Amino acid sequence: MTVFHLRTPLQVEDVRKLRVSDVIYLSGIIVTARDAAHRRMIEHLRNGRPIPVDLNGGVIYHCGPVVERVDNEWIVISGGPTTSARMELYEADIIRHFGVRLIIGKGGMGAKTAQACREFGAIYATFTGGAGVLAANAIRRVVKAEWLDLGIPEALWILEVENFGPLLVTIDTTGRNLTEEVIEMAKNRRDEILKKLEAI
Amino acid sequence: MNTRILEEAIERAALEAITRSVIYIPPDVKEALKRIYSEEESESSRSQIGAILRNIELAERMKRPVCQDTGILLYYVRVGYEFPSIKIIEKSLVNAAKVATKTIPLRPNTVNPLTGRNPGDNTGRYMPYINIEFIDGDILEFTVVPKGGGSEYVSVLYMPPPGEGVKAIKRAVVDAVLRAGPMPCPPTIVGVGIGGGADIALHIAKKAACLRRLGSPNPAPELDKLERELYVALNELGIGAMGVGGRFTVLAVHIDYAYRHPAILPIGIVFQCWAVRRATAVVEPNGSYKVFQ
Repeated sequence: MTVFHLRTPLQVEDVRKLRVSDVIYLSGIIVTARDAAHRRMIEHLRNGRPIPVDLNGGVIYHCGPVVERVDNEWIVISGGPTTSARMELYEADIIRHFGVRLIIGKGGMGAKTAQACREFGAIYATFTGGAGVLAANAIRRVVKAEWLDLGIPEALWILEVENFGPLLVTIDTTGRNLTEEVIEMAKNRRDEILKKLEAI
Repeated sequence: MNTRILEEAIERAALEAITRSVIYIPPDVKEALKRIYSEEESESSRSQIGAILRNIELAERMKRPVCQDTGILLYYVRVGYEFPSIKIIEKSLVNAAKVATKTIPLRPNTVNPLTGRNPGDNTGRYMPYINIEFIDGDILEFTVVPKGGGSEYVSVLYMPPPGEGVKAIKRAVVDAVLRAGPMPCPPTIVGVGIGGGADIALHIAKKAACLRRLGSPNPAPELDKLERELYVALNELGIGAMGVGGRFTVLAVHIDYAYRHPAILPIGIVFQCWAVRRATAVVEPNGSYKVFQ
């Protein structure tokens, strides 16, 4: 486990150095996107329309924050990650076409995303599920909000963060996928565990 | 006693209980998380538990909800037969949910299951969910549980052939934790309800997961033993905090049971994520109250 302090925009060489179980503290710009924003990004891509954020070398964060508007400024009160598996449907295309280098969420992602990470030079990192205040505390300011018509949790929140982490790399560019490895190992242990419990 | 004053007291007690529950993780849970942090050997898993502990501290210091998913609100009410007024309870608890959504604030989570319509105040048909039991005496006691969606998503009900008995229970619990993987934000508390009927098994499973204190023994010795066996077995799966691999996938297994029909053996399994939200209020007939975790 090596600890990296990275700043956006991320270069492909930066992320190709990282390996499963490394920890990142990230500074710079991240963009939140959940189901609806992913769906719209793909629609725009199909229709040849531009999206309102530059994701080249960028970071997508699977998160629907709790925000408050104070004196015409948005403040993120709590902003932990949401389950990434729901975005599996879209993420490979997003990585391929928009040049995203880092995806942050919880629970890991599937084979399609891992394949895109390997092919195009991107990684996936877990931020601790439920750690909403820890995340909000690393957010310096809300730079902008786009696609607010999707609702507050589903909008694109463009956030400036400082030392956002710990982000644990679970998919790297070598094809490794830590969460899938862990679950595979657990499945292999199942029968032996049940035998000890005298349940089979 | 003026009913109006009592109504306001219940509402204030409920508001305080909701506020406490979403900001402060109960002491038994904090202690358990600190224990596994010191015992975990996997660096990946330790990084996750460390972040959990820092998050809990920050939430306390900044007085903010510990997790952005402030859940749907469940009230488990125990009201004395001699409590002065029963009919004001439900209204006061619903009002407290609406006020809490604005003042804390809570994420407005409740939506119509078909249309997606969100009233914006965490209310709606059956919401907040209020479960009432009657007890002896003249006090009103309720525990509020803001229950997150991520851990609820992986709940299951099994209906094995009753002849399989305790083997079926063990298999069901191991398979549920395996299938849930990283989704319920482990380390979790696994609530298991055995018997009754489909609804009863899940109801007592949820109460076991969300209400029972960590470290409290099961009053039935054979279930206490089963809980310990399952705790060891589930942690041998190696899923770890957030599914990144490690020694602690569950903080505890809590089992409850109900007498059943001989033709069925319902097994309800409900997960509670590490971010256990619960606080209890006790309201006296004179309107004085206390809130504790």
